[in-house]
Amino acid sequence: MNNLFIFSSSIVNVYWIDFKNMNTETLLKSYDLMVKSRMLEERLINMFKQSHGFFWIGGPGEEAFNVPLGLQVKKGEGLDYDYLHLHYRSSAILIAMGMDPIEAIRQMKNTATDSHSGGRNFSSHYSVKKWNVTPINSPIEVQYTIALGTAIAQKKHGGDAITIVNGGDAGTAEGDFASCLIWSSRPKHELPILIIVTNNQWGISTHASTQHGEKSIADRGQAFGIKNRVINGNDVIESYEAIQEAMQYVRSTRKPFLLEAKVSRLYGHSSASGAVFQKDEVDPLALFEQKLLQSGDLTPEKINSLRTRYTEEFQALAEKIKNEPQPDPESIYDFTYWQQKGKTW
Amino acid sequence: MATLTQAIRMALHYGEENLGLTQIFGQDVGPPLGGIFTATQGLKTAWNTPLDERGIIGAAIGLALAGQRCVAEIQFCDYIFNALDLIMLAGKTCWSSNGGWNLPMTVMTPVGSGIRGSIYHSHSFDAIMTHIPGWKIVMPSNPKEGYGLLISCLKDPNPTMFLMPKALMYLAGEELIPGEPETGLKALIDKPVNKAEAELWQPRWPADLTDFSIPIGKGKIVKEGMDITVVSYGRTLPLCVKAANQLSEEGVQAEVIDLRSLWPYDWELISQSILKTQCVLYVNEDAEITNFGEHLIRRTVDELFYNLAAPPKLLAGAFIPGIGLAHSLEMASVPQLNTIIEAIRHVISSKT
Repeated sequence: MNNLFIFSSSIVNVYWIDFKNMNTETLLKSYDLMVKSRMLEERLINMFKQSHGFFWIGGPGEEAFNVPLGLQVKKGEGLDYDYLHLHYRSSAILIAMGMDPIEAIRQMKNTATDSHSGGRNFSSHYSVKKWNVTPINSPIEVQYTIALGTAIAQKKHGGDAITIVNGGDAGTAEGDFASCLIWSSRPKHELPILIIVTNNQWGISTHASTQHGEKSIADRGQAFGIKNRVINGNDVIESYEAIQEAMQYVRSTRKPFLLEAKVSRLYGHSSASGAVFQKDEVDPLALFEQKLLQSGDLTPEKINSLRTRYTEEFQALAEKIKNEPQPDPESIYDFTYWQQKGKTW
Repeated sequence: MATLTQAIRMALHYGEENLGLTQIFGQDVGPPLGGIFTATQGLKTAWNTPLDERGIIGAAIGLALAGQRCVAEIQFCDYIFNALDLIMLAGKTCWSSNGGWNLPMTVMTPVGSGIRGSIYHSHSFDAIMTHIPGWKIVMPSNPKEGYGLLISCLKDPNPTMFLMPKALMYLAGEELIPGEPETGLKALIDKPVNKAEAELWQPRWPADLTDFSIPIGKGKIVKEGMDITVVSYGRTLPLCVKAANQLSEEGVQAEVIDLRSLWPYDWELISQSILKTQCVLYVNEDAEITNFGEHLIRRTVDELFYNLAAPPKLLAGAFIPGIGLAHSLEMASVPQLNTIIEAIRHVISSKT
């Protein structure tokens, strides 16, 4: 436990901040990664606005949950490591896992050098085989059925690696989410799968309250005997601890866990809705900064210098890749099949 | 001789033992039933899933992403349509990741008419499936080649679609499958109907099965002729052969090609035959509008127009919402022996 007494500078009062299982090093690392992820998303948005990309979609507002998730993934390739089936608001997960930000910037610019899709897919549609990050697809529900397959393989394989799937609240209206609950809780064939819903309350322009009568999405796990929990995903410490608990449960019992995290959607749905900062949403990064300022682990100078450093770094990266080649028109047929090049008929 | 059902079962068994096939699944695919056509009976890795086509295809994609070769069955292709976007996604995965991932998965599904299956057990799927890039698609017309095509699917690193012509599932073949015993196959690998016997039953697989394969993308001339090229696959293929045999008595020599692979398909074989016969009839039973045969006609016209002595023709199913149950309705909805004979005569009479 890392509990810190701190004194408010303005009020003579004593605050008690419970950092639970996070030590100072992890706290500051998480903070760094959250800033890094946020500055990256803002760079991608800027690139869109400067016409250096056709479309932006991403996950600013989910960093307080996604960074702790990425930090706790058992990272590697194959059945002995975690499989990730993510949606397009997951940049912070990848950054926390160690993705070079230039890979996101290249995909934004749809360059031939884009390691995720070779300039074929939207921003934040990552694919990293060496880390079991399966290709992110635009449909908002398909990952919940695809994840079943890697979990079936891992159940048979044994060990402690698990399958992690995430998606938004709107996507849970699709049948694939129900499929995930049903298949992962088949009697005697339960699956080691961490089912995550990052609930930002929105499906593009439609608010969840106008379409969903369930009290919480996690409640749906009850009917299947799936252990579940709702957390404040805007709180780094609560997220870290909840993810740790859920992962430990899935790794050891080889059974599913449904974790619903309430998060923010800080720049709207995508560039199609303007990618404008939403002042009425809770900013998890600002919240965390306040906590770390209060605990004395951060200073305003450190905050400014970190934000400036990443902003400049990513601006330089965007500049660096500006003249990287676009995909060759001749390449349109490549990889329709495994290791195939050119037109095949 | 083995039926197509038995051939599929033996190929899957061979795949389990020799080709790294780790999971065979779908609705009623595992014990006790072993598939509604019994094509997965007695297989050690076959298991039952929830009644959920999207879950079945999604799980297959996930297993394949994890490098686990698998076979998923959709009980009838009539029920595959709610999983079409996942099938499209499977076809996109290698391409959209710029070659990063491959999916060694096979989907099997019964297609077409012939069992009086009414509106939801008679659909064809070849027209829609051939419109989905990234898959290899095969459809056998006899047990031996069903075995060989399925073995090829199980060796392929890409998503493969094995379309099972349900009208042919229980018909015995005319040739032995390599490794198939000459007699007594039923006693070895068919589960007894008697419940008490069935509970104790274990399959006794032929020990000498081989990896006999029909290469994907290669068709076959099943009857040679000089007067017309007839290209078909699945249920209508044996009817085309029968039609050709009948017409040969009238002096018409039709060359019949079993396409076997719908994608990729053997254009070399088709085009060489058309250059010889100067006319072509394409036969399948999917609905005639935006039919795969229309693509073949387009290519025929594009590449062979000046070699044709008659307009190319497509004989296909009627463009109607489904196949009606009554005998009269089914017979009138999809090509039959008499309509194939008529179509061949029509093309030949149009030759200039």
